[in-house]
Amino acid sequence: MVDACDIVVVGAGPAGLAAAEAAASHGKRVVLIDSQPRAGGQVWRHDALHGQPRVAMDAIRAAAGNANVTYLEGTQVVAVEPERLLLQDARRGFHLAYGALVLATGARELLLPFPGWTLPGVTGAGGLQALAKQGWPLRGKRVLIAGSGPLLFAAAATAQRHGAHVVGIHEQAGASAVHRFAAGLWRWPGKLAQAARLRLELARVPYRTGSIVTTAEGDHGVSGAHVRGGQGDERIECDLLAVGYGLLPQVELAQLLGCALEPEGAHARVQVGPWQATSQPRVFAAGEACGIGGIDCARVEGHIAGLAAAGAAVPRALVQRRDRARAFAASLRQHFALRDDVRGLANDDTTICRCEDVSLGAVRTHTDAREAKLATRCGMGACQGRICGGALAELGHGPRGGMRPPLFPTRLATLGEPVLSSVSDTRGYTP
Amino acid sequence: MSGHDLIIVGAGIVGAACADYATMQGMRIAIVEPGVVGGGATAAAMGHLVAMDDDPAELALAHYSLGLWEAFANLPQAEFSRCGTLWVASNDEEFARIPEKIARLAASGVAAERVDARELYRLEPSLAPGLAGGMRVANEAVVFPPAVARHWVDRAITRGATYHADAVFRLDDRGVLLHGGQRLHGPVLLATGGALPSLLPGLPVRLRKGHLVITDRYPGVIRHQLLELGYADSAHGGDAASVAFNVQPRPTGQILIGSSREYDAVDTGVSMEMIRRMLERSFHFLPRLRELDAIRLWTGFRPVSVDGLPYLGRAPGRDDVWVAAAHEGLGVTTSLGSARVVVDQILGRAPAIDPTPYDPSRVQP
Amino acid sequence: MKMSTVRLTINGLRVHVPAGISVATAIALVGQPFRHSVTGEPRAPLCGMGVCFECRVRIDGVAQQRACQRVVNPGMRVETDG
Repeated sequence: MVDACDIVVVGAGPAGLAAAEAAASHGKRVVLIDSQPRAGGQVWRHDALHGQPRVAMDAIRAAAGNANVTYLEGTQVVAVEPERLLLQDARRGFHLAYGALVLATGARELLLPFPGWTLPGVTGAGGLQALAKQGWPLRGKRVLIAGSGPLLFAAAATAQRHGAHVVGIHEQAGASAVHRFAAGLWRWPGKLAQAARLRLELARVPYRTGSIVTTAEGDHGVSGAHVRGGQGDERIECDLLAVGYGLLPQVELAQLLGCALEPEGAHARVQVGPWQATSQPRVFAAGEACGIGGIDCARVEGHIAGLAAAGAAVPRALVQRRDRARAFAASLRQHFALRDDVRGLANDDTTICRCEDVSLGAVRTHTDAREAKLATRCGMGACQGRICGGALAELGHGPRGGMRPPLFPTRLATLGEPVLSSVSDTRGYTP
Repeated sequence: MSGHDLIIVGAGIVGAACADYATMQGMRIAIVEPGVVGGGATAAAMGHLVAMDDDPAELALAHYSLGLWEAFANLPQAEFSRCGTLWVASNDEEFARIPEKIARLAASGVAAERVDARELYRLEPSLAPGLAGGMRVANEAVVFPPAVARHWVDRAITRGATYHADAVFRLDDRGVLLHGGQRLHGPVLLATGGALPSLLPGLPVRLRKGHLVITDRYPGVIRHQLLELGYADSAHGGDAASVAFNVQPRPTGQILIGSSREYDAVDTGVSMEMIRRMLERSFHFLPRLRELDAIRLWTGFRPVSVDGLPYLGRAPGRDDVWVAAAHEGLGVTTSLGSARVVVDQILGRAPAIDPTPYDPSRVQP
Repeated sequence: MKMSTVRLTINGLRVHVPAGISVATAIALVGQPFRHSVTGEPRAPLCGMGVCFECRVRIDGVAQQRACQRVVNPGMRVETDG
C-alpha cells in the first residue's frame, strides 16, 4: 500500500508553511516535505547560534505542529509518477500519493562565473548566509560581499552577527538605481523598516554601488579580490568572498510535472492563475517558484495556494495583498537589473561547469545547448546543470532543456526498491 | 550546379562513419542532418563495443567493425576504454554452455575465455555471491558515441563534405529536396535509423525502447562491462518488455546501468516502472549498486529491421538510393563495418565481408 | 541553544564539534579540506543549500553525500577526498 494524503506541500519555507497551515485548517490531511534538515526555507533558515526569528517559529508551529500535518524533514522529491511522488530521505525511498500538490520549491542563487570563482572561500551571498547559520567559522574573518540586491545586506548582517569583519558590500547596480529603489520603499513600510534596521546594523560597513568583483585570487583558497567600480580597479584582501547576483525560481519539479513555465528574464518561473493554479490539474505553486517576489509575497501566495488546493474559498483581500507584494518584486527586478558587464567577467579559461570542469571557451564554440553538453559534458554532473545552466542562460547561451528524473541525485535503492510505507511510521513534529 | 557523389542523410554514428569513409575514398559528399550530430539513438546508447555470438552474420559484421575501431583507441574524445566484457553465468547450466559460445566467437576470430567462479570474484569482487562463473572477452571496449560521431563528421567536413542542418522534404531519383528549399543532386544514402520508413516506407523498422541510468562517480566498483549470459534471451526474445543485467564502468568512474527493451512504446518519457524492473535485476547481480546515487535517467529507441540484421545496401527497386540503418542495439559497434559494406558497394567494389545477409532486398514488398 | 557537543571522525581525526551544526561546517571548523574537482582543483561549499554539490563527502562509507544538508551525528564517519 502506498501512503496517501489529501495534499502534499513541497517546501517548508514561508510559502509552503502558509500553504500547509491553510489546507490543514480546512480539515485536509497534509504532508509537508522539505529537503533541508529543518523547516523555514532559506530565508528563515535555522541559525545554529541565534535560532530562528519569532515569526518563523510561529509559522513553523502553526503548520508543522498542526494535527492534520505530517512534516517530513530532510526529504526530497526525486521523481513523479501518475498521482504519486517518489521521495527519499537519508535512509529510504518511498511513494506518496496525493490528491493535490502545492509546489513551494523556492529559489536558489544566480551565481555567475568570474576568474577565481571556484577557489575555496568563494561562495554565493545567500550561500555565505546559509553556511554562517550552519555554524561556519567566521569569527575574525575578513568577508567581502558583492553581487546585487537586498540579499547582500542580509548576508552581511548575518556574517557580522557571527563575528565576521565585513570589509565591504559591492552592489553592481548604479547609485541612481539603488536610490530610486530606496526612495520607493515607503510604499512597503515593512520593507522600509527592515532596510533601515539592516543599514543601521551595517553602519560601519562600506557600501559601494556600481562596483563589481572581477577576479578572485589565492592559492588554495581566496585571499583577495579585484573590484572594478567608479574609482577604478582596486584589490581588496579577504578571507571569504561572497558573490550573488540575485535569485532564480526553482522550477525543476514543476517542469517534471509538465506545468507550463513562463520567462523570468533569461530564466523561467511557474505560470500560475489568480488562485495559484498551475497549468496541470490539482497542482498549485506559490512563492519564489512563481517568480522572485520576496517573503511577504511567498506567505500570501502560500496561503492562497493552500486554500485553493483544499477547495476552500479564497478571500479577495488575500489576492489584493498578493498583487501588492508582487509589485514590490517588480520594483526590485527593475532597479537591480544586471548590467551587461557582469555577464562578461568570465573568459575562455574560466570554469563554467564546476561538476565536470568545463571552461566557458569549450562551451562557447557550440551554438546548441544539447550539442555543447554532448561534446563537453557541461551540465552532466551531480548538480544536473543547476549552477552552470542558470549562468549560461544569463550569459545568453540559451535556456536549459527539459527536466528528466531524478530531480536530484537519488540512491539506486530508492529507484529500484522503494519501501511500501513510510509516512505512517514517521515521527511527527515536536515543537 | 554540380552534383554530389553521395548525399548522406542522417549524422548519427552510422551516417557519420559513412561520411568519414566516403570522404576518405575521395567522394564529394553532402551530409544532411536536421538535429544535433549523434543526438539520436547514438547519444542514448551505452557505447559498448561488443560481439554477440547468436547470429553468424551479425557476428561477422561486429568482428569486422571491432578491428576497425582499433584505429580510434587513442582518440581522446572517443573516451575509448578497454574494460573488456565479462558475461556472468547465474547457474551451472549457463556455465556449461560457455565453451560453445567461445567456439562460435573463435570461428569469427573473437578471443574469449571461460573463468570459473573463483576467477570471476577475483575479477569483480562486488558481484553477488553464488554465481557459477563467466566468460571474459578481454579485448572489448566502451566509447562515448556522440563525440565519435562528431569527430567523424568534422573529419569529413575537412575533406570537403558539405553540411546541411536541414531535413529532407522529398527523396526522388535525382537526389533530395530539403525543407529549406535547397535541392541536392546525387545518389542518396539513408542512415536515418528509426526514421527510415518516413523516407522509404518499403523497409519496415520497429522501435524498441530502452532505459538507461547513470550514477555519480564511484571508481573501482566494477572493472568490466558486465552482462548476464541470459542477456541474449532479453535482446532477441519477442517479449513486449524485458530487462537484463548490463552495467558498464565509464572512464569517469560513473556506472552506466541497463538494459530494458520494450516494443511499441511510443512516448520518450522515463517509465519509473521499467527503471524499477531494470534496477531490481541489477541489484540481483550487483547488490552494492543500491547505495550509489543515480544522476540521470534517459530513454532511447533502437531501430529494428524485419530480422534483426541491419539494412546495408541498395534500397529495393531503387537505382540511386542506398541504406545503412536499423542496427538495433549494435549500431555503435557495427558502424565502421556498416559504412564500408555500403560505401564499397556504392563504389562498385566487393566489401571485405559478404554483404548478402544485410541486403535490404531480402525484404519482400 | 544547547551547548552540547558531538564526537565524530573527519578524515580519521576524532573531533568534538557543537551539536546541531552541519557536516560541512564541522569540516571547516576542524580545518580539513573539502573535495577535489575532476581535474584536481580544491573546492569548497558554494551555495550552502544543497544545489551546487561542491561539498560532497563520504559519510559512513557512502560517497557523494552533500555535507551542507546533513547535521552532525554522534559517531559519524566523514571522509573528504581533499
